[in-house]
Amino acid sequence: MSTLTINKNNNFQQTNIISLKNVQPRETIYDVKDLNLWYGDTHALKGIDLSFFDKEVTAIIGPSGCGKSTFLKTLNRLVELVPGVRTTGLITYQGKSILDQSVEELRTRVGMVFQKANPFPKSIYENVAYGPKIHGIRNKKILDEIVEKSLRSAFLWDEVKDRLHENAYGLSGGQQQRLCIARCLAIEPDVILMDEPTSALDPKSTLKIEELIQELKKNYSIVIVTHNMQQAARISDRTAFFLNGEVVEFDQTDVIFNNPNDQRTEDYIRGRFG
Amino acid sequence: MNTSMDHNIKDLIRKNKESQKLPKITEKFMPILLLIITSVSILTTIGIIFTFLSETIEFFKRVSVVEFFTSTTLKPLSQDPEYGVLPLIAGTAISSVIAMLVAVPIGLMTAIYLSEYASERVRKIAKPLLEILAGIPTIVYGFFAFTFITPILREIIPNLEPTNILSPGLVMGVMIIPMVASLSEDAMSSVPNALREGALALGSTKLEVTRRVVIPAALSGIIASFVLGLSRAIGETMIVTIASGSSKNFTLDVTQSMQTMTAYIVEVTSGDAPAGSTIYYSLYAVAMTLFIFTLLMNMLAKYISRRFREDY
Amino acid sequence: MKYLDMTAVSRRMNFRLFKNKFAKVMFICSTLFGLIMLAILIARVFTQGIGWLNLDFLTGKLSTDPDRAGIMGAILGTAWLMLIVAPVTMILGVGTAIYLELYAKPGRLKSFIQTNISNLAGVPSIVYGILGLTVFVRAMNMGNIVLAGGLTMALLILPIVIVSSQEAIRAVPQHLSEASYGMGATKWQTVKNIILPASLPGILTGAILALSRAIGETSPLVVIGIPALLIPFPSSIFDKFTVLPMQIYYWTLDSSLVAEYAYLAAATIIVLLIILLILNSAAIFIRNKFQQRF
Repeated sequence: MSTLTINKNNNFQQTNIISLKNVQPRETIYDVKDLNLWYGDTHALKGIDLSFFDKEVTAIIGPSGCGKSTFLKTLNRLVELVPGVRTTGLITYQGKSILDQSVEELRTRVGMVFQKANPFPKSIYENVAYGPKIHGIRNKKILDEIVEKSLRSAFLWDEVKDRLHENAYGLSGGQQQRLCIARCLAIEPDVILMDEPTSALDPKSTLKIEELIQELKKNYSIVIVTHNMQQAARISDRTAFFLNGEVVEFDQTDVIFNNPNDQRTEDYIRGRFG
Repeated sequence: MNTSMDHNIKDLIRKNKESQKLPKITEKFMPILLLIITSVSILTTIGIIFTFLSETIEFFKRVSVVEFFTSTTLKPLSQDPEYGVLPLIAGTAISSVIAMLVAVPIGLMTAIYLSEYASERVRKIAKPLLEILAGIPTIVYGFFAFTFITPILREIIPNLEPTNILSPGLVMGVMIIPMVASLSEDAMSSVPNALREGALALGSTKLEVTRRVVIPAALSGIIASFVLGLSRAIGETMIVTIASGSSKNFTLDVTQSMQTMTAYIVEVTSGDAPAGSTIYYSLYAVAMTLFIFTLLMNMLAKYISRRFREDY
Repeated sequence: MKYLDMTAVSRRMNFRLFKNKFAKVMFICSTLFGLIMLAILIARVFTQGIGWLNLDFLTGKLSTDPDRAGIMGAILGTAWLMLIVAPVTMILGVGTAIYLELYAKPGRLKSFIQTNISNLAGVPSIVYGILGLTVFVRAMNMGNIVLAGGLTMALLILPIVIVSSQEAIRAVPQHLSEASYGMGATKWQTVKNIILPASLPGILTGAILALSRAIGETSPLVVIGIPALLIPFPSSIFDKFTVLPMQIYYWTLDSSLVAEYAYLAAATIIVLLIILLILNSAAIFIRNKFQQRF
């Protein structure tokens, strides 16, 4: 096995799954219990049990079609937009079932960044101000402040400060994705869900976004779906491995990559690192 | 970086959420409003069917159904009025057949040229021009038929009457060419290239590929375009009203003036028939017949193109 | 032994190639036929009408004297008619499209409404005329005023506007609305702030094309009973009115009595065609200029 030296928590001595309990306990922000999901007759998610912790980056890896993106969208109930979807089980967000709160409330607290950068066909400014505006913030001065702060947090301010009122489609792919992150930060969510945010980007832009994620971790909890295992290893604290709609293994990232408990996890990771 | 605002946004949003009642009301109210708006199109259909049906029933209380559909005389204004719809159906049928004799071959051949032979450049010029032809108001075609085509035809056919069914039929055909051409072309262009290449690779000429591969594969769309064109011809009003006059002849002689169902409706309404008179009700019986004819045509076209669609 | 006798094949080949050439010429001629008819029609209208087209004709009142007749009344009538048709079809058409595309649940009701709309699109325009005559002119007792004509025309082009608006809305990619919902926006906020602005160019293009159809329509108004008499210029939606196609209709009909009327009709057609050309150019301009590439 190649040597992975990205470990931050210095848990090399932890070589079994008990390691999870040995880390300093953090509060969980999301708890998923026995989640099942069907698209029509297809059983897409099977008995998922997972927890996400406050101010941590959790990566979800697995082959394409294993249900990781679907799972991410169940967390903010975007999956309900797909016709014919049925779910069972319980997802609690900060101790409360996500079905017991208004869906708009939930999505205000839980931001999302998508696989393909999807800025609105509006100006850069309007893109970032969109969230605050729909939530009733009208004051121009406050909006200006929010826009600047969010763009700064997304490492984009210096590149766009002179053309805030130009159409967002004039930005490069990487810039567009950071704009989408800024748009998400503008309403200060507690959690940011990221659905393969760098899969459409070149290596340089990818690196920039990874740096950004490391920075955001200080203030936000992040759940990131990725097909890029080096990425998961580089940026995440914990990793869940999905296969055919099931969670095969969920543990600290270094355990998953260095000493996985399940043969399938090991096969997947070795196969990829070949 | 200004971090003093950190909780400001969250708090602001929360406060706004509590104070704003309007969005919640809009959210509940909009779907209802939109549903009401949507119901207008259903009400239109109900309106057409209901008014036509009730007035038609009234008409058939005065004139027997048998007379209406079997009598070959239509004399609504005479002392001893007769209400046979056959002359109108004949007029409609003959003008439509003439139109289709023009529109089907020329429209189809145009479609073949544009889809199979023409270069991208020619197609880019010819298609918008044909769309212009389709966008010209029918009243202009009526003017053209009456003041230009008829006089020319009368030079060729001396016994052609000043108003006749031939001239509007031909002009209606010209009007329908773009419709047949563009719908057929759509059907032919959606035939995958792999089929063409397969036949060409066996040494077929383009014509053989078109006849033996493309047209059979696109047949349902092509036939649907003919049926839609026919439906359009049946419902066309201004060209026949202007150029074919108002003689209610029951004949096959295309040099004579004949009246179509649509032209009869125009004649009756222009004449300001008093509401409640039999002639007023006859309007609805004719309109109902026209409505059912065109509706059946349109449904047939849809059925053909759906039922026999090829899946590639 | 060979199944194909190559000498026979190549002998036949000449004939097959000739047939192909011949057919191609026929196909070209057919295509040209339509285009030539278009050219003749336009040339005919222009040569007949252009001499009569001057400022007096454009600004003058109707008259039975061909030398003094003008079409200002018909131009104003067309404008007043559009003042009803445009807002009514936009509100009804876009509203229906939003409902069908974004609110209606897939099922019997939705497919019933959809089928109904596509059937309405195929109903001959004269049928709408009778509906307007029965409902607006007679039952509601409006008489043959701008409002009655406008509502009739609005119903006539409504299916076109609905279908083109639906296409425009459907062209807005799902990921834009997902992004909006993902920020906690409500459905209507997403529709109003994201989907409608993004689909607006498409909606406008379709609506303008539908309006130009209404401007050229004659038969529903004939049926409603637009008078051939000389009437004062309309100044509100409750006035009697005439429109350009109606004027063309009456002058064409009467050209067998007064030959000059044919020229007046041709001149009016030129005006009508120019208006339609402007509208269509506007639609194409909007489509090319503002259509977003997502």
